Amino acid sequence: MKYTYYPGCSVGATANLYQDSINVVAPKVGVELEELQDWNCCGATAYMSVKELMSFAISARNLALAEPFHRDVVTPCSACYLVLNKTNHYFAEYPELRKKLGKALEAGGLSYSGNIRVRHLLDVFVNDVGPERLSELATKKLAGLRVAPYYGCQIVRPEEGFDDPDEPESMDRLIEAIGATCVEYPMKAKCCGASLMGTQEKLALKLCRELLANAVRADAHCIVTLCPLCQMNLDVYQPKVNGLFRTKFNIPVIYFTQLIGLSLGIPPRELGLHRLAVKMTKQMKDVLKGA
Amino acid sequence: MSERIGVYVCHCGTNIAGKVNIDEVVRFAEGLAGVELVRDYKFMCSDPGQAMIQKDIEGDLIDRVVVASCSPLMHENTFRKVCERCGVNPYLFTMANIREQCSWVHVDMGDSTAKAKALIAAAVSRTKFLEPLPKREVSINPRTLVIGGGIAGIQAALDLAEAGKEVVLVEREPSIGGHMAKFDKTFPTLDCSACILTPRMVQVGQHPNIKLMTYAELDEVNGYVGNFTVRVRNKARYVDPELCNGCGMCWEKCPGTRVPRKGNVHEKLSLGPTTSIYMPFMQAVPAVPVIDSGTCLYFQKGKCRVCESVCERTAIKYDMEDTFEEFEVGNIIIATGFRTFDPRVIKRYGYGALPNVMTSLDFEIMNCAAGSTSGAILMADGSEPKSIGIVHCVGSRDKHYNEHCSRVCCMYALKYAHLIKEKTNAEVFDFYIDMRCFGKGYEEFYDRLLGEDVRFVRGKVAEVSNVPVNVVEEGKLVISVEDTLVGVVRRVPVDMVVLCTGLESSVGLAEVATMCNVSVGKDGFIIEKHPKLGPVSTATDGVFIAGACQSPKDIPDTVAQASAASSAVLSMITRGMIEIESATAEINEKKCSGCRICNNLCPYLAITFDREKGVSVINEALCKGCGTCVAACPSNAIKAKHFANEQIFAEIEGLLSV
Amino acid sequence: MLEKDVVYESTLDHDFLDEIYALPGGQEIKKCIQCGTCSGSCPVGSVMDYAPRKIFSLIRAGFRDEVLSSNTIWFCASCYTCAVRCPKEIKITDVMYALKRLAVKEGKTRGRKAVVLSKNFVKMVNKYGRNHETELMTRYILEAELFNAFHFIPQGWRLFSNGRLPLKPHRMKNLDQLRRILKKVDELGEI
Repeated sequence: MKYTYYPGCSVGATANLYQDSINVVAPKVGVELEELQDWNCCGATAYMSVKELMSFAISARNLALAEPFHRDVVTPCSACYLVLNKTNHYFAEYPELRKKLGKALEAGGLSYSGNIRVRHLLDVFVNDVGPERLSELATKKLAGLRVAPYYGCQIVRPEEGFDDPDEPESMDRLIEAIGATCVEYPMKAKCCGASLMGTQEKLALKLCRELLANAVRADAHCIVTLCPLCQMNLDVYQPKVNGLFRTKFNIPVIYFTQLIGLSLGIPPRELGLHRLAVKMTKQMKDVLKGA
Repeated sequence: MSERIGVYVCHCGTNIAGKVNIDEVVRFAEGLAGVELVRDYKFMCSDPGQAMIQKDIEGDLIDRVVVASCSPLMHENTFRKVCERCGVNPYLFTMANIREQCSWVHVDMGDSTAKAKALIAAAVSRTKFLEPLPKREVSINPRTLVIGGGIAGIQAALDLAEAGKEVVLVEREPSIGGHMAKFDKTFPTLDCSACILTPRMVQVGQHPNIKLMTYAELDEVNGYVGNFTVRVRNKARYVDPELCNGCGMCWEKCPGTRVPRKGNVHEKLSLGPTTSIYMPFMQAVPAVPVIDSGTCLYFQKGKCRVCESVCERTAIKYDMEDTFEEFEVGNIIIATGFRTFDPRVIKRYGYGALPNVMTSLDFEIMNCAAGSTSGAILMADGSEPKSIGIVHCVGSRDKHYNEHCSRVCCMYALKYAHLIKEKTNAEVFDFYIDMRCFGKGYEEFYDRLLGEDVRFVRGKVAEVSNVPVNVVEEGKLVISVEDTLVGVVRRVPVDMVVLCTGLESSVGLAEVATMCNVSVGKDGFIIEKHPKLGPVSTATDGVFIAGACQSPKDIPDTVAQASAASSAVLSMITRGMIEIESATAEINEKKCSGCRICNNLCPYLAITFDREKGVSVINEALCKGCGTCVAACPSNAIKAKHFANEQIFAEIEGLLSV
Repeated sequence: MLEKDVVYESTLDHDFLDEIYALPGGQEIKKCIQCGTCSGSCPVGSVMDYAPRKIFSLIRAGFRDEVLSSNTIWFCASCYTCAVRCPKEIKITDVMYALKRLAVKEGKTRGRKAVVLSKNFVKMVNKYGRNHETELMTRYILEAELFNAFHFIPQGWRLFSNGRLPLKPHRMKNLDQLRRILKKVDELGEI
């Protein structure tokens, strides 16, 4: 299964551990990701706050570059997923916008007819690879590992039909398939604060505190996520949460590809797990050893 | 043809005259071939206006009529009757719509007048080629079919029966009573629902003119107004109603159960026995139990048979099978009621996932004095709640589910608030967007509730969750909502949540509608003939509707509609005959090649194939003259009476001649 | 903030409504029944100047200044919870973006840190074609959080020590193509 890979800016920088795990895990499960040549930033939420047409235009450049390959574009980042899909929808629904985008792309020698589907990496793992296959491939069933599945917002909202916007469960099935225990986690699709962590830190820390508290309440060994910004907020800022609220959270936040990598018996260092700010706890390591 | 056409141009006050130059139009019409005289008047539909036409016909000045005025939907009948009264065949009359299609849609008088001329030229041209058509009448069978035994069906059936007419009432549940039989009290008077309903149920059960078919479903309907043939499937009860005396020994001893054995109070909510052989509630009519074969130990495992052994009347018959019954009726009243929205799909409200989140119907059943909790309001674990949140607009007024407002929820929410205050010491929170209290005594009821210490919060509930953020919220259901009147976001912890689920059309209504040849709208309810002036009729003659199958409504409106429907039916029955449209299609046998293309195209299923003759045949009574077959026939063998090719071509030429 | 005085029609800006309605999907705002689901669902609704529902009632009444100077639009985290739950399917989050852009255009953004972050983001993309998080955060801190700069050191260190804070940016190759597209958009003007 071959796809056009749109990595986004974060996995090359603050979320490079995500990319590390994707590099080793994807080939092992039969997912071939060919990086889109010379892609540009999707603009995320920030660009759209300043300029709308420009934001769509830079996004559309990527889609136009991907179109000749006639296959799905896959991205590991929820924000890129949202923005690229939004561009597709607006392109289809608003003729005025479509015309202007066409002219803009033309200036760069490109054109787009709206025929590229954009999917999240999780979607590919769940629906194209499938829980059964992952279960088969799991040489190390993570028995006893309690995992809180954290989806965040932008992968399930607005609705793309991939999973439920309030109570998604696709990643839950993956976790169960590789032998780990997916705990009851009602906060699974609640907001981490996203970019507010930079501009309104206290607000975002409060939101993260709830997410962490709930994972601990459910006795999870770790939280699994699929968005670079969510991972950063919950991982890198976890000590800040503790500082502000006098809590003692110490729960690692890893990417779902890293979890799958563990089930494939890949050493943690190769999966980029050494880059976690909140390191894997002794408890978690023990459970993994015994599994 | 030596036809002499009279053209009458109506001013319609200033509706037409304000935008069409009447004088110019009159002079133009005078110059048209075939026109004997042209008159104009302020209101042609009035008595003097009609008298004008009458005088000209009786004076033998004209023998065909064109009236240029409003839409045929308004006054075609009026003018046709004038013609008839004077001995002119009503089908020698044409109406030119120079109002809705002309004066009302133009800004420029010049354009409007030009179009009026074209329309009149078309009408005159067509009228030259019109042919007289015979009046068609069919008889009306005085027996009526009522589908659905809720309060709408019951009221309609009783009205007809009391008028001395036969009624067949078909109900698919084991007993009549519908939703009303599941309520405790009704708003705004707080009458006991069963107390006001059961006398009527008994009346229906005992009435000599009503044939009651319960646990029965409509299977097929054929025919046309006044002459329907209906087939009903009687589902197997496995209990012989002729022998059973309703003693109740069978369900008393039955070891089977229809509810989870280890279920909590909410999972075991029921009005009647929860055993496999059961009566839905104690006042059931008929008072005959039914066996739920899905949970019955005999049907599932071949064991038990206790009910058979304790029945003194040997009424238990495991080998009963579904049977079919056919009969004829003249009219049909659809009264299939509603179902409540299933809130499981709204995940953020937690129904089905969190304990102590109930729907309105669950809550009604719990409140019923004859129910499994004897009317006590209890939590799932049997304890008394200390606080209850009532949530409005669940599945209503929401583009994701149903756009419509379900009309009754605000009122029943107030009713619940009152019942809770009456029966418990619990705090009551009521979360609403608007408070819709439109009926007689409704606003007064709201006023009463405002005085009863209910905490009203104007805000649509965003979420019901069991995740606490502080100690007080532990073990509670937390409602997140914006208090829009105050302008703050609140988290309200409660013990129990009642979701005011909206009303949707009954399960299977689409199938019943298809069988009876009526249409269902986008909202799932049956489309009435006219939303203002024809709420209980449909586009299909002889099929009427009453109650919630037309749109969500409360009991007073339902009863009113039921009586309206039965009144409409009685009007038909009293007339004994009904005139149906003569403008039907006719197949020329000689030209028909037997290709049968038309057979499946007819939306009214009016065309059949005569195998002996090898030609298709149109049932005139079913034909509505839509013209689909006429257009489709490759042999040009079908003629649309009153819309024949030459008539239409003449009309087109008339339009283009201006 | 709303002043405590009688509001005369002459002070309200009804053109504001039309501007918002003209946006793609803006017409739906007229259908808002003020149910409050959006505010109730918003993770930061309780700390906004005006919760989302109130923003819509302010827009419809014509309170231009109050809306564009509020912190509401900058606190929106784009979680889209309001948008998926709105019973009228109003694209609330997208309206928030539009209000952000209007506020920027009209210069009603004094002291808004989110604007500094967004504007610098745009600068990064225009410069490299890709976001360079290190440079972005540095610029942001210098511009908006200078007196608080030390506050960011622990996070910065945590990232850097784990090799997650690259000092060199990734550049795309055909930056010229991107720039041509952006220039064309500038000419075409915003929607």
